[in-house]
Amino acid sequence: MKVGIPKELSKQELRVGGTPKTVQRLIKQGFEVLVQSGAGNNANFSDEEYEKAGATIVKTMKELYDQSDIVFKVQPPTDEEVEMMHKGLVTLSYLWPAQNPELLEKLKTKGVNAIAMDAIPRISRAQKMDVLSSMANIAGYRSVIEGANYFGRFLNGQITAAGKVPPAKVLVIGAGVAGLAAIGTAKSLGAIVYAFDTRKEVAEQIESMGGKFLTVDIEEDGATASGYSKVMSKEFIEAEMALFKKMAAEVDIIITTAQIPGREAPKLILEDHVAEMKPGSVIVDLAASTGGNCVLTKDNEVYKTGNGVTIVGKLDQLPTQASDLYGNNLCHLLDDMGKAENFHIDMEDDIVSRAMVTYNGKINWPPKPLPVSPQKKVEETKVEIESPEVTEAKAAKKKAKTTAISLVVIGLFLFLLGKVAPSDFMGHFSVFVLAVFVGWQVIWNVTHALHTPLMSVTNAISGIIIIGGLLQVQNDLSNPMTIIAFFAILVASINIVGGFFVTHRMLKMFKK
Amino acid sequence: MISTQIQTAAYLFAGILFILSLGGLSSQESAKRGVYYGIVGMFIAIVSTVLGKDVNGHIYIVIAIAIASVIGVLVARKVQMTAMPQLVAILHSFVGLAAVLVGFGSYLDPHTLSLPDTERTIHLVEVFIGVFIGAITFTGSIVAWGKLDGKIRSKPLLYPGRHIVNITLVIISIVLGVLFTMAPGTDGMIYLYIMTAIALFIGVMLVMAIGGADMPVVVSMLNSYSGWAAAAAGFMLGNDLLIITGALVGSSGAILSIIMCEAMNRSFLSVIFGGFGDAPVATSGDIEGEVTSTTHEEVAEMLKEAENIMIVPGYGMAVAKAQYPIHDLVDILQKEGKKVTFGIHPVAGRLPGHMNVLLAEANVSYDIVLEMDEVNEFMDDVDVVMVIGANDIVNPGALTDASSPIYGMPVIEVWRAHKVIVMKRSMATGYAGVQNPLFYKDNTDMLYGDAKDSVNKILADIIK
Repeated sequence: MKVGIPKELSKQELRVGGTPKTVQRLIKQGFEVLVQSGAGNNANFSDEEYEKAGATIVKTMKELYDQSDIVFKVQPPTDEEVEMMHKGLVTLSYLWPAQNPELLEKLKTKGVNAIAMDAIPRISRAQKMDVLSSMANIAGYRSVIEGANYFGRFLNGQITAAGKVPPAKVLVIGAGVAGLAAIGTAKSLGAIVYAFDTRKEVAEQIESMGGKFLTVDIEEDGATASGYSKVMSKEFIEAEMALFKKMAAEVDIIITTAQIPGREAPKLILEDHVAEMKPGSVIVDLAASTGGNCVLTKDNEVYKTGNGVTIVGKLDQLPTQASDLYGNNLCHLLDDMGKAENFHIDMEDDIVSRAMVTYNGKINWPPKPLPVSPQKKVEETKVEIESPEVTEAKAAKKKAKTTAISLVVIGLFLFLLGKVAPSDFMGHFSVFVLAVFVGWQVIWNVTHALHTPLMSVTNAISGIIIIGGLLQVQNDLSNPMTIIAFFAILVASINIVGGFFVTHRMLKMFKK
Repeated sequence: MISTQIQTAAYLFAGILFILSLGGLSSQESAKRGVYYGIVGMFIAIVSTVLGKDVNGHIYIVIAIAIASVIGVLVARKVQMTAMPQLVAILHSFVGLAAVLVGFGSYLDPHTLSLPDTERTIHLVEVFIGVFIGAITFTGSIVAWGKLDGKIRSKPLLYPGRHIVNITLVIISIVLGVLFTMAPGTDGMIYLYIMTAIALFIGVMLVMAIGGADMPVVVSMLNSYSGWAAAAAGFMLGNDLLIITGALVGSSGAILSIIMCEAMNRSFLSVIFGGFGDAPVATSGDIEGEVTSTTHEEVAEMLKEAENIMIVPGYGMAVAKAQYPIHDLVDILQKEGKKVTFGIHPVAGRLPGHMNVLLAEANVSYDIVLEMDEVNEFMDDVDVVMVIGANDIVNPGALTDASSPIYGMPVIEVWRAHKVIVMKRSMATGYAGVQNPLFYKDNTDMLYGDAKDSVNKILADIIK
């Protein structure tokens, strides 16, 4: 089977469907790889690198399409490209099927089996093929770099000989993959990071990346079954706007990442928010291509507003890195589809059946919904909040009671014992009880890792029973006591010697 | 000849040394010193006893100790670390046997006959109890040894009404005990014989009824018994050193049993009465997802990409002797600057702390070998977890599925890591007979085959 990697036709697209690394992976999976000459130029990969990785370079796109069984692309194919495709060809690329019904129609007529990488369902098993996530990760990282670039100060706080520099404050709106990546990047550059999201469940993820979770005082959770956020109620949005206004005056960089699939991006930063911001601060809008989260964003443009706020609506794609990850995502999908040897299209499979938008001359869109499980239910957590103290108090009471009862029982027992037993016995008994307590305290301190040596060393010292044999042995071999004692000494000594020896051997092995 | 006072002082000193010896085990650094304390303590105890005034037959003592030393050293040198559980079990049986022998000897001792009435009765009770515990320890340990060594099948042997039989036997023993204490001279010998036979039988049945994976509890319990047997012998002989040592060992074994039981979320009684592994509850039907398998090349690739790697070994690792290639693998990964840790469940293996010893034997540095609670804390940050020959101890059902027989048992929560590789010979269930939903999770891949083999292949791929 042959996998083809063509050059992207779009001028703005710098990425490529596969890199030399992708080629290596594909060859490992058993595919042959064809690469159109110059395909990787924009992403800084030369034809030689592809050839070195094992690919065959073909001159024209036409040749490539004619010879390939599978094609790795980034952008949706143009009419020109669709023209070159043959029946049964499998293509992997972005398609945006909801927005491009005519394209689906054309692909269907051509008999192409087109996989929309953007339609891969967002379930855990498909994470490794999720191009939206891997690209969002890059965008999140880049948004901070971009923001820092236009921001005229350090991000981290410093105390230098020349004076003190306060750390920059960054607000990230939307804690999806891009948002979390932005939080992590901004944090590692030393900024103080705040993050807002309508979904309460991401609070933990935000905190784990080092951000502070901001929320509004209205009980409403934006989580939906699809993993994206839903549109919120009016009260919620008002509270949210008030919060943003307050934060706008305070922070230096705002990064917005809120997107709702198939819709225009929600307007979160309004003109009066921008007006509040300090001169020199920056807004990076990752939703610029779908209309922007900020009303003032201009797609593909960076400009300064009247009050000195830079609004960034254009991001570098990091094509080298992005192509690598993109290619990996595609390889993982082929892995799942059986690699070269067993390559087959399984329309029963959750992932393939949803992403394969045209198949065998039919359009397979929209797919049936597949709910992702957002992990928790809100109600459950509420119940547990008050309980620990109460149960603790109850447990303590109960414990005190049982302790009191057992002490009384023990006291009675000792009293009765003292009444009947001879003094000699009581002496030994005291030693016994105290030794049990000492043992109890000492052994709890033994580390778990040394439990086996503990057993063997207790084995050795319980050989102390040898004393019994030593005291009983007689000079006279015909006396049964001598024989019994002889064997007692024998087995007890085996214990002592064997036990100490093997413990020593074991402990010698424990090395740092 | 030394005086009784000096002997007592020597015993006290030996007792202190024994306590220090056990206390030393609180850390790996002090543990080696601890062993020397123990050896010195034992030496002082034996020498001061032999030099005491009541001791005769020195030649026999020397012969017995000489023979035993040769046997002991040979066994201790030869034993493989994977066979430690067997060795520990068989050594327990020796203590039990010694307690029985000392009990009989003490009964025959002419000195016993000359005791005044109350003291004689108490002494006879001590003899009786000492022999009873010793006999149970003796046969119980032998059966445990047989099971651990694979000589006896490890499936629990259960028959209806066995509790009633056991209780009846104990009651008969008590009756025999009463008769024994009332018999004049050494006439009670016959009762002692019968009781010994009964106790030997109870010991066998007790351990026969317990399944393979409950062995850590049983071995700890027998450890405890051997201590109590020694303490009982101390009472018989009126010897405080024996009492102290027996009590130390007895409580040590008891604590180990408690730790093991807590780690399995089982009550001590239910383990002792056995039968746990006998009821396979297959709740396989309602597990969602599918099992995905992987290859060693892919695992090698994953390990190359991972930064934070954890290895969770189980009994399967010991069986396959995979600890050596694992050590080589860890070495290479660490050289590449990756963080590698081991997560050890308290009941992994057949003996408390068994995994630690096996890893130590393979030269794995002990500061990367962590306990369950420690690894659960940072599990979310782990990139790849390799589960090697373990099953029940990584079963998420223990936390979520209330109908599972292992529900409530603390487990190593490997599924919280980004990726889990389970190395296993087949899809068979673990000891508890429960399906493991871990295998069906999206982030879990199975790598079938012999653990040692698989690790070697991964190693080869990584070096390449």
